[in-house]
Amino acid sequence: MSNFIFGRYLPLDSVVHHLDPRNKLMLSFCYIVLVFMANNPVSYLVIIAFTVGAILASKISLGFFLKGIRPLLWLIVFTVVLQLLFSPAGGHVYFHWAFINITQFGLINSVYIFIRFLLIIMMSTLLTLSTQPLDIATGLASLMKPLRWVKVPVDTLAMMLSIALRFVPTLMDEANKIMNAQRARGVDFGEGGLLKQAKSLIPLMVPLFMSAFNRAEDLSTAMEARGYQDSEHRSQYRILTWQRRDTVTWIIFVVVLAAILVTRRW
Amino acid sequence: MAITFEHVSYTYQAGTPMATSAVTDVSFSVPDHSYLAIIGHTGSGKSTLIQQLNALLKPTSGQITVDNFTITPKTTNAALKPLRQHVGMVFQFPESQLFEETVRQDIAFGPRNFGMGETDAFKLADAMLQTVGLDSSYAERSPFELSGGQMRRVAIAGVLAMRPQVLVLDEPTAGLDPQGRQEMMGLFERLHREQGLSIVLVTHQMEDVAQYAEQVAVMRAGKLVKFGTPHAIFSDADWLQENQLDMPRAAQFAQRLANRGLTWDPLPLTAEQLADQLAARWPQGGDAHV
Repeated sequence: MSNFIFGRYLPLDSVVHHLDPRNKLMLSFCYIVLVFMANNPVSYLVIIAFTVGAILASKISLGFFLKGIRPLLWLIVFTVVLQLLFSPAGGHVYFHWAFINITQFGLINSVYIFIRFLLIIMMSTLLTLSTQPLDIATGLASLMKPLRWVKVPVDTLAMMLSIALRFVPTLMDEANKIMNAQRARGVDFGEGGLLKQAKSLIPLMVPLFMSAFNRAEDLSTAMEARGYQDSEHRSQYRILTWQRRDTVTWIIFVVVLAAILVTRRW
Repeated sequence: MAITFEHVSYTYQAGTPMATSAVTDVSFSVPDHSYLAIIGHTGSGKSTLIQQLNALLKPTSGQITVDNFTITPKTTNAALKPLRQHVGMVFQFPESQLFEETVRQDIAFGPRNFGMGETDAFKLADAMLQTVGLDSSYAERSPFELSGGQMRRVAIAGVLAMRPQVLVLDEPTAGLDPQGRQEMMGLFERLHREQGLSIVLVTHQMEDVAQYAEQVAVMRAGKLVKFGTPHAIFSDADWLQENQLDMPRAAQFAQRLANRGLTWDPLPLTAEQLADQLAARWPQGGDAHV
């Protein structure tokens, strides 16, 4: 479980870490649009250079990103192979059998798909590695504020999200403790056949659910005891401030956007 | 040499920027059938230390010997099952490990994992229920409808049912009322004396250390800073104060009397020892003035 890097936060002191989480969320979203705008080798080079630049600025070693890709590797391979085998005809045909065509067009397309996947995973890994989960939640809530006008309970959703995120490490710890206790009683987790493995999860899941429900009850009591009310307009402890470096990132982004717009016509 | 630590170190998340060293170069050794207490502040590495006794954590470097088992960084998981049966582990708040439908099934869970048949395991479970002081009417009940103290007894019975030779206890009395605490500690003492179980106790209760332990290991910031008998540990008041460790209350009282000129040989650590030494000082029926 400790090898699973996607969705983990790496506390370092870098420009990227200090960016406003709202800004990082918006940038990540626009970045995905950017990735899909690139359509030839030169424009891909531009966006790869941008990505590498962002990673270098975060001071996080490249190894972490490669680790982050590993769990999604099969999804990438699957998509690339699909693209490779079933692309519409175009360009030189290298291989043909029944309904399967490997064409020049398909080959180039699958390479692009591969690069797109890689870039998007890299950037979202960068987002989660450099932003605390609670900050992401606060950022999301702040970005969702306009939805209040159409009666979406934004504050409640934000509270749910931050509570959920807050308890992920707690439940992980709890799961770890229970697993240790059951291992000490002779359970082998992750060994044996599928049925045996599934069965070995019962001694983990039952206590984990028990403790999660107990915890939820305690938490709601504690919140109500301190006067929490759903409908109340709430102020916030964490206040997000837009800073000059956030503006600078958008200047860079616009430059990259312009570069892509120019290069994609080549 | 029942339990031996040789230059044992443990680092969490070794090889990442989050690597933190929890235990550094710990070496000590206790004989067979001994009662060892491990004391130290929260975060001093006590829990990390004891989890290595049944290889839930394998040392990053160094070697641990428990009776006939040797644990090194290279120990494979296949070799662990007999070790885990040999070293029973009662974690903090062990009641959180209960999951079966009935108390009997839950206690029998451990032995069944180690290959015991159902009838034998159930028979053993009923016996263990007695050992921890619950009558057989509890066997058919759901563990989740018991009180906190009863749940803890059931969980401990579940560990004892594995018939371990070494019993590791991580703050087994935390959250119990004084009477429950005393009964629990009495149970472990009986198991130690009558069945010869080796006991490793992690605790913050210095009274328990003074009363039951034969050896004491003091941990601070991942290092073993002192190792010896309770007398050796508790007789150095200045050192204890330096390390922000309490004395047992009887010893505190004796120390205060010592500051007023009384001499002790040796310093009494428990209320009984204190009473004995005080009684010996005054002849029966006398009305001596100090």
